Amino acid sequence: MESYKADVVIVGGGGAGLRAAIAVAESDPALKIALVSKVYPMRSHTVAAEGGSAGVKLPTDSLEYHFNDTVGGGDWLCEQDVVEYFVAHCNEELTQLEHWGCPWSRTPDGHVNVRAFGGMKIERTWFAADKTGFHMLHTLFQTSIKYPSIKRFDEHFCVDLVVEDGRVQGVVTIEIGSGEMALVEGKSVVIATGGAGRVFRENTNGGIVTGDGMALAYRHGVPLRDMEFVQYHPTCMPGTGLLFTEACRGEGGFLVNKDGYRYLQDYGLGPAEPSPRNKAMELGPRDRLSQAFWYEQQKGRTIEGQHGSVVHLDLRHLGEAKLRERLPQIYELAEQFLGVDPARAPIPVRPAVHYTMGGIMVDGLCASPLPGLYAAGECSSVGIHGANRLGSNSLSELCVFGKVAGEEAARFAKAAAPGNSASLLKQAQAVEQRLVGLKTKTGGSERIATLRKEMAQTMEDGCGIYRLAETMQATCDKLDELKERFKDVNVEDKSSVWNTEWLLAIELEYQLDVAQSMAYSAINRRESRGAHQRLDGFEKRDDENFLKHSQAHYVAGGAPRIDYGAVKITKSQPGTRAYGAAGEKAEQERKASNV
Amino acid sequence: MSENQRIIEIEVLRYNPETDKEPSKQVFEVPFTDDMSVLQGVQYIKDYLDGSLSFRWSCRMAICGSCGMMINGEPSLSCETFLRDYYPARVRVEALAHFPIEKDLVINMEGFIEKLESIQPYIIPKEERTLAQGEYLQTPAQLASYEQFSSCINCMLCYAACPQFGLNSEFIGPAAMALLHRYNIDSRDGGTAERMELVNSEEGVFNCTAVGYCSEVCPKHVDPANAVNQNKTNSAADYFMRFLTPKGGAK
Repeated sequence: MESYKADVVIVGGGGAGLRAAIAVAESDPALKIALVSKVYPMRSHTVAAEGGSAGVKLPTDSLEYHFNDTVGGGDWLCEQDVVEYFVAHCNEELTQLEHWGCPWSRTPDGHVNVRAFGGMKIERTWFAADKTGFHMLHTLFQTSIKYPSIKRFDEHFCVDLVVEDGRVQGVVTIEIGSGEMALVEGKSVVIATGGAGRVFRENTNGGIVTGDGMALAYRHGVPLRDMEFVQYHPTCMPGTGLLFTEACRGEGGFLVNKDGYRYLQDYGLGPAEPSPRNKAMELGPRDRLSQAFWYEQQKGRTIEGQHGSVVHLDLRHLGEAKLRERLPQIYELAEQFLGVDPARAPIPVRPAVHYTMGGIMVDGLCASPLPGLYAAGECSSVGIHGANRLGSNSLSELCVFGKVAGEEAARFAKAAAPGNSASLLKQAQAVEQRLVGLKTKTGGSERIATLRKEMAQTMEDGCGIYRLAETMQATCDKLDELKERFKDVNVEDKSSVWNTEWLLAIELEYQLDVAQSMAYSAINRRESRGAHQRLDGFEKRDDENFLKHSQAHYVAGGAPRIDYGAVKITKSQPGTRAYGAAGEKAEQERKASNV
Repeated sequence: MSENQRIIEIEVLRYNPETDKEPSKQVFEVPFTDDMSVLQGVQYIKDYLDGSLSFRWSCRMAICGSCGMMINGEPSLSCETFLRDYYPARVRVEALAHFPIEKDLVINMEGFIEKLESIQPYIIPKEERTLAQGEYLQTPAQLASYEQFSSCINCMLCYAACPQFGLNSEFIGPAAMALLHRYNIDSRDGGTAERMELVNSEEGVFNCTAVGYCSEVCPKHVDPANAVNQNKTNSAADYFMRFLTPKGGAK
């Protein structure tokens, strides 16, 4: 087995991984960086983010506003000290991207323009038309080429961590093109592998978003935090789940039911005004909007479509010229995939799984409890999203915490003693034996696709927008069953070169672990908060018992063990989470009581 | 099977380097609905008919650039090409032309990546600016001048369309040239002189015979042919200018 020695190993070549790699390279050019990614970096799912990236920009805005929006939007399950750091560094990071060439949309005088986004009090979302993630990712990837110390392992799938002497000391990879496995030694490791949305049926995510990095850390004893909080984005394409960005509403789009009625006014988000006001109606937060859809469906006020109930995203009043300028990708998606001209007809939409709020538990410096292991981006839970992420905070997170993770991993690597290569290699060879065994074994009777579909269906059934103990229990049971059946999985393809069936099997095993952490965390949270909403006697938020982070611990061969950790509250005491007119009233009262 | 489901034949060019001397075709019968893409058809084959079929894909929405294939001989993104448009005829799916096949529909793209890396695809600042000084000012018109060239998703359909790349794989090619042009004309960039060497070189713009098929197949309207042709003019001017100015022609 080949081995390669790096100082810092970064797993994942999306926004967070690339930003981390650049941070390591800039902090010390002598450090050898291995950037391991299962796809070429520009394929990473950051590419699909559309609407924009948050950073306080306008003179009418303030860090305090961004902090309050984020903490309230997260239903107070945020690490407030981390949020404070985050909002203070967004602008700097987005400016850094500007210096690196990101084609941000501009105001007539040449400054970077900002747009409105859901749950944000003031316009602070930087955007590059409606391809913001695409442009950020390509800017970061292309910029990373400047740094000779970044050695890329493109299309190398990271399959395990190597841990010795109580600290992580490298990773084991499969080179997809050859099927060869290798050990990549590193004194520190940054995981930046993105979310896990593909464990659900209808989702906005790319096929690669399978939670690998979460499972890697989890299996090595690092808790996955707040995994029950899974974001349903309210405006997605029926069937495929493809995303129609929140910027559609930021630019003034409406959501209407089968009667053409802007139904959000019935769910505490009104009043309905001619164009959506910030933090009201269509610019409410995603959890509330997806929940409102669910109720409209119950009331029979949605429209029946080929792929389930839909409502209409109506952009017609914005006019073709503005749509082509601000939302060109949305325009093409609607035309190509649905045959709808959004300047002339409304777009049918329904909620789909979009984002994993929880992830690998890390502190404000992106350090996990396992020494040497860092995480950044969607795979991590650094604590800024709480129970519901606000749109456009995640792209900023990639940069702000990608940089922190890179700098901290560099610092750790410089202080760490070299590992024992021989014994690390021995560990890697044991991993190889196990995984090659999965491929070469014969006689299995379970199809990968069947297991994957059953997993995705049960996650949707039990851990959807609204949840019940009974169905969550059924999901937990089903996942236990699927893990058992996985032992009998059949990999038909026995070849070495580009054996993607083998990789799918490995990913599926990861996904089952991550799905379990979600389902068990969900059933144990006996309250409703943010994206975790119950209808079985726990409809209210319960700060007394559950103003806590859930922590799922891996138990080999069994159900995860769930325990809880404290939430860091600094300056915002939990209050009523309200939007629209009610939100404005609540804010006035908070101000008055603080004086 | 629902009533609006029909069966289409998908012919796939298969190649396994470990067992096959050369690629050969295999036909699969795939049930499909009107909203199914060719990618979804190929996924169906992998999930239910033959797990050993290999192809790249991810985002399903024509932005990650992974799933380019020859579909009935035309370079296309399989995620936004629909089976209904071929039915009732058979649809033929092959690896992108002009690239070595690694397995089935997977091509070797290392050469493309090397080209992309070679053009210095990053801002070489015209004037240094600290973060504390804020953003560079760039008017909407300045942005518009390069924006389309920054929209390349690296799907390589243009290389599969380019007859010259088919003859000479060293040719820098449409996408890399468009990206080079994108940085050269960005108002923040001052690196044109460094990049012009490549434009003028043997692998540079003069390989292009102005067929224009690259721009036709581009799914993102980047119009790489336009970038290549603008650089032919620039290159000619640069060539001429280097006789007149001591440091060469580029601005």
